[in-house]
Amino acid sequence: MSSPRDVVITGIGLVSSLGEGPDAHWQKLSQPGQKPVLETARFAPYTIHPLPEIDWNLQIAKRGDQRQMETWQRLGTYAAGLALDDAGIKGNDELCSTMDMVVAAGGGERDEAVDAAILAASESRNDRDVLLNEKLTTELRPTLFLAQLSNLLAGNISIVHKVTGSSRTFMGEEGAGVAAVETAAARIRSGQSTHILVGGAFQTEHSDMLLGYELAGYLHRGPWKPVWQRQGAEGGGVVSGSGGAFLVLEQREHAISRGRNIYAELGPVVSGRARRSRGELDAEIATLLSRAALPDGKLLAMSGASGAHAATASEKAALEANPAISARGFATLTGHMKEAQFPFAVALAALAVDRKAAYPVFDATAEKPFEGIPASVLATAIGYHQFEGMALVKSA
Amino acid sequence: MANLRDHMGRPIVAVTGIGVVTSLGVGKADNWAALTSGKSGIHPITRFPVDHLNTRISGMVDFLSSSSKGASPLTYELAETAAREAVAESGLDSSDFGGPLFLASPPVELDWHERFALYNSDKDDAGAERLLRVARGLKELDIFETTQFGSIADRLADRFGTRGLPITLSTACASGATAIQLGVEAIRRGECDRALSIGADGSATAEALIRFSLLSALSTHNDNPEKASKPFSKDRDGFVLAEGSGALVLESLEAALARGAEVLGILSGCGEKADDFHRTRSKPDGSPAIAAVRAALADAGLSEGEIDYVNAHGTSTPENDKMEHLSLSTVFGERIGSMPISSNKSMIGHTLSAAGAVEAAFSLMTMRESVIPPTINYDNPDPAIVLDVVPNKKRNAQVRTVLSNSFGFGGQNTCLVMAREPV
Repeated sequence: MSSPRDVVITGIGLVSSLGEGPDAHWQKLSQPGQKPVLETARFAPYTIHPLPEIDWNLQIAKRGDQRQMETWQRLGTYAAGLALDDAGIKGNDELCSTMDMVVAAGGGERDEAVDAAILAASESRNDRDVLLNEKLTTELRPTLFLAQLSNLLAGNISIVHKVTGSSRTFMGEEGAGVAAVETAAARIRSGQSTHILVGGAFQTEHSDMLLGYELAGYLHRGPWKPVWQRQGAEGGGVVSGSGGAFLVLEQREHAISRGRNIYAELGPVVSGRARRSRGELDAEIATLLSRAALPDGKLLAMSGASGAHAATASEKAALEANPAISARGFATLTGHMKEAQFPFAVALAALAVDRKAAYPVFDATAEKPFEGIPASVLATAIGYHQFEGMALVKSA
Repeated sequence: MANLRDHMGRPIVAVTGIGVVTSLGVGKADNWAALTSGKSGIHPITRFPVDHLNTRISGMVDFLSSSSKGASPLTYELAETAAREAVAESGLDSSDFGGPLFLASPPVELDWHERFALYNSDKDDAGAERLLRVARGLKELDIFETTQFGSIADRLADRFGTRGLPITLSTACASGATAIQLGVEAIRRGECDRALSIGADGSATAEALIRFSLLSALSTHNDNPEKASKPFSKDRDGFVLAEGSGALVLESLEAALARGAEVLGILSGCGEKADDFHRTRSKPDGSPAIAAVRAALADAGLSEGEIDYVNAHGTSTPENDKMEHLSLSTVFGERIGSMPISSNKSMIGHTLSAAGAVEAAFSLMTMRESVIPPTINYDNPDPAIVLDVVPNKKRNAQVRTVLSNSFGFGGQNTCLVMAREPV
């Protein structure tokens, strides 16, 4: 039964190594045997999925605005623009000025050259705190602080795309993406908001972004493998990718009244925090699956699995325990996009529902085919280190 | 029988626990005593050398055990300390809180001391390559966790037994207010009976200071630290970087009364509006801040005439105080010259991510104690800003309602309306 306050998806903005936009992603991902785009040399021994060629001018008209952002903010602002365009909201002052926004953000794209120079100098100096003051006061670009600051992705979306109803930034890796979608959906269902821009971006081509995983040894090393096949390989299993995913979520009534195409309905969004050191992850994933109100019959699942050994093994076991589920680990083709991972999973789920077709297997040895029309698709993000979430995306 | 629903039929949200830490001390009692006697917590920086720095003062919290251990450990300790006070006051179980957690905290980065230590633990190759190689050999997760944006909230969730996925958020200098807003909204939607909202910021590192300095945002009145933060004064020259934390236990009034809890105040309205003008400057007509104030009043179901006191954002920057005056005078009209408006930041400095929560805590105490903390250092009024800033000395007054403003970089504007009693 549909209700006027259902949450529906009316806009999708995607960027990954595969390209940009929902159509390009559908074309690539629905192609059996699609190969990932990999960069193996620049960050060796790590493999990453790099950004595609992007003409920033298409979504960020002013060069001045582009200069005020490091790549991560630019990428997010770009993906947000794609979603707004797709929903027919871009440039509509009335809709933009009343639109709410929840961004899942990381940040911290530091100046690598300045940092490297400070570290090099630290080898021959004992007064390192003084060294820091000396170098940072003279060598930091004054605008860099804002250009890499977490809440300034949302700030730039306000400036560039004029989304000004409200602006909130959630932080915390995959969990931030889960909470952003969950909170946005709750606001729409409660009648608190009619249309919300929600999503995130991750720019992995920066040493500090790799360091964020590698301080706990999470990155996969050695030859690339699909996301389900990294157990026991050298390193920690995560292959990261640059990308972004933004969704326009809208109250069904609001979308219909302005005559928009609806990709899909966003059903239950559920989240959790297993205390993994106490071995709670398996049980938490099972609980989330039961709370997601899965329909009877076979089900396609767009899994955000990162490849991180423990979390991915738990998720794989849980999904395989339900014979009705055919999972697709999309990180095989996009890499792990951290804060953007869950919005990306939801977007891919919505695309399959909208196109009335499942994705072919991304890894024939670990995934099973899905025949027929996927009326509902599950989206998951089990954090590589902490936090978990799922959503059920349904035909509109 | 109290009315349990507000003017829009939503559950009324009560405050049943308050906790606070600032440079003035730990806990409500010490903070309130200092705040109402007009004492400043701003002092010379001793945590790191100040060579080459233009600003050498701050409102850092230097008396906790993590004060010299880096931004992540200190932010956690600040949050934990304020939350412990708040949960204890509420009478709820301090290890099984049973509601969601909303944490406003600064974005995290690998601390420079860790970066130096990792780098200099090895000699092969250089730069990022060396750091990454050393990193993957680490056996402990301690350093890793300081770089994960969700880790502080994760630890707090363990410590207090909060429910579900904790939300860590940043709306820059409005973060603390947003954390409270998220808690209020969750209760109003019926998702929970109680929520723990915390704003904590222990990120006053040398690099943070330098970053704000490079934006010309900080006061350089180094010679007389207590006098440096002077909101609404003619010679104000920037904010004073500070640390602190504020925590509120929020509860539906119905749940609070049902368990016989003492109601410390009511969170009656939240309003927000984003600004699309500039990354650090507000739209010249003040319309986003005006809209945020009006949205908070509408959410609370109160008219302009029903606000007794404004707890100002009042950062002491030339820009903020001018814009805040413009916005408030637009909303409150002629009444603006005669209603009390004071800035806690004159004494505690700008606690950034924590500010909205710290100042909400002080706003609630203002109503409970019937005492308005002053704006200190108001010796040289800005003639362009005609406000009753409660200059220099506290004032006894019955305060039924407070508007608390928070404005931040990135076009963030969030306002809270609090009341002493349910309407």
